[in-house]
Amino acid sequence: MAKHWWKALAVLLLLYTIIAGFLVKIPVIENNEQSTRNLFFHVPMWISMYTLFTISVVNSILYLGKYDLRKDILASCAANVGVLFGVMGFVTGSVWATYTWGGTLTSDPKQISTAVALLIYLAYLVLRMSVTDIDKRARVSAIYNIFAFALLIPLTYIIPRMVDSLHPGSATSPGFRGKDTSGTLMMVFYPAFTGWTLLGVWIYTLRVRYKRLELKNIFK
Amino acid sequence: MPVIHQTLTLVKKDLVLELRQKYAFYGILLYIISTVFVINMMMGQPEEKVWNALFWVVQLFVSVNAIAKSFIQESRGRLLYFYSLVHPRCFIAAKLLYNILLMGLMSVIALVSCIIFLGNPIINIGYFTGVVMLGGLSLSLLFTMLAAIAAQANQNAALMAIMGFPIMMPLLMLLANIARSAFVPVLQPGLPNMFLLLAGMDVLIIGLAMILFPFLWKD
Repeated sequence: MAKHWWKALAVLLLLYTIIAGFLVKIPVIENNEQSTRNLFFHVPMWISMYTLFTISVVNSILYLGKYDLRKDILASCAANVGVLFGVMGFVTGSVWATYTWGGTLTSDPKQISTAVALLIYLAYLVLRMSVTDIDKRARVSAIYNIFAFALLIPLTYIIPRMVDSLHPGSATSPGFRGKDTSGTLMMVFYPAFTGWTLLGVWIYTLRVRYKRLELKNIFK
Repeated sequence: MPVIHQTLTLVKKDLVLELRQKYAFYGILLYIISTVFVINMMMGQPEEKVWNALFWVVQLFVSVNAIAKSFIQESRGRLLYFYSLVHPRCFIAAKLLYNILLMGLMSVIALVSCIIFLGNPIINIGYFTGVVMLGGLSLSLLFTMLAAIAAQANQNAALMAIMGFPIMMPLLMLLANIARSAFVPVLQPGLPNMFLLLAGMDVLIIGLAMILFPFLWKD
């Protein structure tokens, strides 16, 4: 039981996020109205995705060090769940954009660059499917994974900060700094991102266990 | 320096092979000219923005086709032979260099045929040529690495497109934006930053290729 306390914590935090996220009084900023509540769902998805992709790339590097197939399974499962959270982050953002920016798919640099980053990771999943030899697949995809992660950071961190974007927090739009954000938002936001990240890791561990069972002939 | 010497010998070997066969060169030459000619038949002489977009799309497909060959033409036995002779880093460095040369030549041909068939909306031709060479360099670096990965995955050329297109998207957008300056007489804001970003990406790709290729080659 002692091992599973964090799963209970994840459930509690997410319950709190969903209940408080919809009930807490938030500051209304012009045409954002109540859509600001998306902060509790959209941003944590990205944090969860980053966590999982980091787990994935670390395992890929470890795989290249020792050629231990177990690390490859970890890397692929983390990337899979990471893509899931990335897609959810993209969808929540696009839905939000529909009502605030007036278009689901806009030419905003943040939206484009995250879409490209997700495509790169989808290519990683396709690459895994295309190679049948298990050792070769592990090696090739580990290398591609490092490549993908090295591009993820400039794509989602550096380029969007260099150009103007409508996204909250960039240039002149109000966003995420202390003076822009009310305390009630932060009271829900921090538990929210902890909760979603824990959920991501939880799904990841489940997937790893499933894969281990599937491939138990290899791992004994 | 034996390392530099080995690398240059490998580049020379690729060049000699190419000069003897001339298959890649004429194949791609035909490819460029027919692509540009088809565009010309479809839309005549497009305006500058379309011209720029079409030019970079042509460049993209040319680089995929030119570079996919660089690993596919090596047979398994020959790769094993190289593996026993040189360090993998020399091998990938040679491939990178050779592909940069090839792509530089192809870029010039693509530019000339685009100007002939699609008209010349470029105001600052020197600047545009520079950007094209830079673009050829970046694209060849990226696709060489991807071709190396694809070569491991059963020499699958379709795989290279799947892996490559999402990755080259930011690169191509960056290049097209930088190149826009050659069509308009006004100064674009943020141009030095974009150049810096492009250089950063090139360095990143070279670094990754140098670090990761030895792992890729252990077979």
